[in-house]
Amino acid sequence: MSQQTQIPELDSVGLLRYAWRQLTSMRTALILLLMVGVAAIPGSLFPQRTQNPLQVGQYFKDSPDAARWMDRFYLFDVYGSPWFSAIYILLFISLIGCVLPRTFEHFKAARALPPTTPKNLSRLEHHQSWSAQGNELELARKWFKAKRFRVLEVDGSISAEKGFTRETGNLFFHLALILILLGISFSSLFGMRGEAIVNVGERFVNTPTSYDTLNYGKLYKDSNIPSFMLTVDKFVAQYNVETSAPEDYTLDVSLLRDGSTTIEKKRIKVNSPMTIGSTRVYLQANGYAPVVTVRDSKGDVAFQGPVTFLPQDANLRSIGAIKVPDADPQIGFLGSFLPTYVREGANGGASAFPKALNPRLLLSVWSGDLGLDSGIPQSVYRIDTTGMKQIGLKGLKPGESYVYEGGSITFEGYVQWVNLNFVADPGKKLALLGGIVAILGLLASLFTRRRRIWIRVGDDVEVAGLAKNAAPGLELEIQGFVKMLKGEK
Amino acid sequence: MSRSWAFTSNYLVYSALAVYAISFLAHALETAWAVKVPTDKNSTLDYKRTEKVARIATAMMILGFFLLFAGVIARGISAGRVPWGNMYEFSITGALAFSGAYLIALRKFDLRWLGLLVSISVLLTIGTAITVLYVPSAPLVPALKSEWLLIHVSTAIISGGVFLLSNVIAAAYLYLDRMESKGERTQWAKRLPDLESLDLLSYRLVAFVFPLWTFSVIAGAIWAESAWGRYWGWDPKETWAFITWVAYAAYLHARVTIGWRGRRAAWLCLFAGSTFLFNYIYVNIWGTGKHTYSGL
Repeated sequence: MSQQTQIPELDSVGLLRYAWRQLTSMRTALILLLMVGVAAIPGSLFPQRTQNPLQVGQYFKDSPDAARWMDRFYLFDVYGSPWFSAIYILLFISLIGCVLPRTFEHFKAARALPPTTPKNLSRLEHHQSWSAQGNELELARKWFKAKRFRVLEVDGSISAEKGFTRETGNLFFHLALILILLGISFSSLFGMRGEAIVNVGERFVNTPTSYDTLNYGKLYKDSNIPSFMLTVDKFVAQYNVETSAPEDYTLDVSLLRDGSTTIEKKRIKVNSPMTIGSTRVYLQANGYAPVVTVRDSKGDVAFQGPVTFLPQDANLRSIGAIKVPDADPQIGFLGSFLPTYVREGANGGASAFPKALNPRLLLSVWSGDLGLDSGIPQSVYRIDTTGMKQIGLKGLKPGESYVYEGGSITFEGYVQWVNLNFVADPGKKLALLGGIVAILGLLASLFTRRRRIWIRVGDDVEVAGLAKNAAPGLELEIQGFVKMLKGEK
Repeated sequence: MSRSWAFTSNYLVYSALAVYAISFLAHALETAWAVKVPTDKNSTLDYKRTEKVARIATAMMILGFFLLFAGVIARGISAGRVPWGNMYEFSITGALAFSGAYLIALRKFDLRWLGLLVSISVLLTIGTAITVLYVPSAPLVPALKSEWLLIHVSTAIISGGVFLLSNVIAAAYLYLDRMESKGERTQWAKRLPDLESLDLLSYRLVAFVFPLWTFSVIAGAIWAESAWGRYWGWDPKETWAFITWVAYAAYLHARVTIGWRGRRAAWLCLFAGSTFLFNYIYVNIWGTGKHTYSGL
C-alpha cells in the first residue's frame, strides 16, 4: 500500500464544501463565539447613538477628527455595525450547519436499538461478575424498564442505553437561540417605537405627527399605527423627604379606542405599562412646564401656554427656552424652573426638593434675531444668543409679571408633563419562547448523562457499563444495580 | 422602627465581619502549622494537630454565614423591600452567597483547603462594603419596584457566587499545576486535591450554575421589557452580562465538545469569571446606563 495521500484538486464546489466544513467546525464556532463577546466590548466603553446621542455629539464636539475616525469603524453604532453583524451572522450560520446534521443523526439514533452486548465484558469499565442464581435476567429487565432504559435483549444478555435527553436538550437549546434571533429580527422589521411628551390635562392622538420621535421597522407601515386617543388626567410623584429620591410615580389616563364611544380609565406605573392591542405605553420621564403669557408693548398677547422644561438634577431644577418669533424685534427667554426655590449664590438659586413647594421661574430676556430662519435646526430648549442682546433678568413667583423694554411676561403657574414611550414589539413573544426553551434545553443537556449498561447471564452474571464523556455517577448506578440483582438492600 | 432594624443590620454585619476574621485567622493558622510541621523531608504531614483549628475555622465560617444572613434580612426589613437596591447591599449579599456556595460545596467535596481564600475574599468584600460602599437604608426608586427584583437579582448573585468559587478553584489549579511542573508539590500543598479533581470541580460548578445565569439574564430581559419598554438595549450592564454568558458558553463548548482540560480550560474559566467581576465593579461604579441607581 502506498503511503501517498491523494489531495484532490479543489474545484469551485469543492472549495465551497471546504469553506462550509471549516465554518461549521467546532473550532470555528468557538472562535466566533468568543469574537462575539469581544466585539460587544467597545459598545459598552463608547457612547452609542441609540442610547446616548447627546454624549456621541459631545465626542464630535471635543475631538472631531478622532470622532470621525471612530465613526468610520462604527464605534458609536457597534451593535448595528457591519462587522458586528458579520460575526453573529457567521456564528449563526455555523450553528445551523452544526445543529441540522446533528438533529438528523440524533433522530435516527433515537429510533435505533442499542448495539448488542459486547463479547468480552471484562474489558469494559465497572466490570463485575459473580455466580448466577438464575433470576437475574428477569430482575434486570424489570429494573431497566422502571428506569426507562432502552433495551436490546439477545441470548441471555441485555444491552441497555439511556440519556438521549442530553442530546435532545442540547439541540433544543441551539434551536432556541435561532428562535431568539428570529424574534429580534421580526421586531426590527415589523416593530415601532415612538416617544411623546404630553402635558397633564392634554390629549394625545395616536398619529405619526403627534410623536416627538418615531422609529419603525422597514416593513412597518404608517397605516399600521393603531388609532386611539389618550387624555393625561393626573400625574402624582412621591419623593423621599430626606433624600429627594423618587419613590412612586402614578399616571392616570383616559383611553378612547378607535370605534368605541366609552372612555376607559387606566393607570400607568413605571413597572406596569398600559397595553392597547399590540402597542404598549410606558411612563418614562416627567418634568415641569411653566405656563407663561407674553405681551407686547400694546398689551396684546404674543404667546401663551405651557413650555416644556428639561430636568437637570434630582431636585428637578429644569431649564428651557421661550421663543416669541412674532415680536419685533424677536424676543427670547432663557429660563430655569425651580420647584422648591432656595437661595444659592452661583446660579441665583437652586431647587431643594423635586416637588413644587415654592416654585420660582428665573428668566433672562433676550432681544434680537432668534436665528429661526437660518435653516439650521435648533433645540427647543435652547436659544442661540449670538444675534441677540440681553435686556433683562428676573426671578418670578407664580402670578408675578416682569416688564421689560418692549413688553412683559407673566408667570401664570406650571403644569407637569410626562414622557410616554409607545412600543410595538411583535417578535418579543418568539424571543421569550426561545429563552424558555433554551433554559429547558440547557437543563436537560447539562444534567443528564448518556450511558450504557450491559448484563450477560450464563453460569456467571457479568455486568459492565460505559458513560459518554466519562460522565460521573455511572459507578454508583451500577453498584445499585448489582446490589438489586444480588438481592441486597 | 425601620431605623432600629437598620442599626440591628449594621451590628450583625459588623459581627459577621469579626467572626469571618476569626475564621480567616484559624484557616491561616492551620495552613501555617501544616507548613511548619514536617521534621524530615520525606514524611507526610500529621494533621491531627491542625484538625481542631480547622474545625474552628469552619465553625466560624458557618457562624459568620448565619450572622451575615440575619444582617441581610434585617437590612431588607429596615428598608421594607428585598435588600438588593444598591452596591452595599449587593456586596453583603454577594459575600453571603459566596460563603454559602463554599459551605454547601464543602458538604459534598473536601474543600477545606479553600477556606483561607474564601474567608479572605469574604472579609475583603464586607470590609469594602462597610467602609466605602455604605449608604443608609432607603426605599427603592420606582423602576426597581417589581417582583422581578427578587428573581433577577437573587439568581444573579447566586450565579456570581458560584462563578467566583469556580474561579478560585481554577486559580488554585493553575498555581498547583505550575508547582508540579517545577517538581514536587511542597509539603502543605500535598494535602490539596489532585489536579484532575480540581479541574473537574471547577467545571462542574460552572455547568451547574450556567443555566441559572441564563435564567437570570432572561428574567432581567423580561423585567426590562416592563420597566423600560425594551427587553434588550445593550446597556453596559446588559452587554457585560452577555459577554459573561458568551464566555462561559465558550468554556462549556471547549470542555464538552472539543475536550479542553487542565491549563487551557482553567485560563478560559478565569477569563469568563473576570468578565463577571468587571461587570460588577467597573460598570457599577464608572459605567453609565440604566443599571446605575442612587449613586452606587
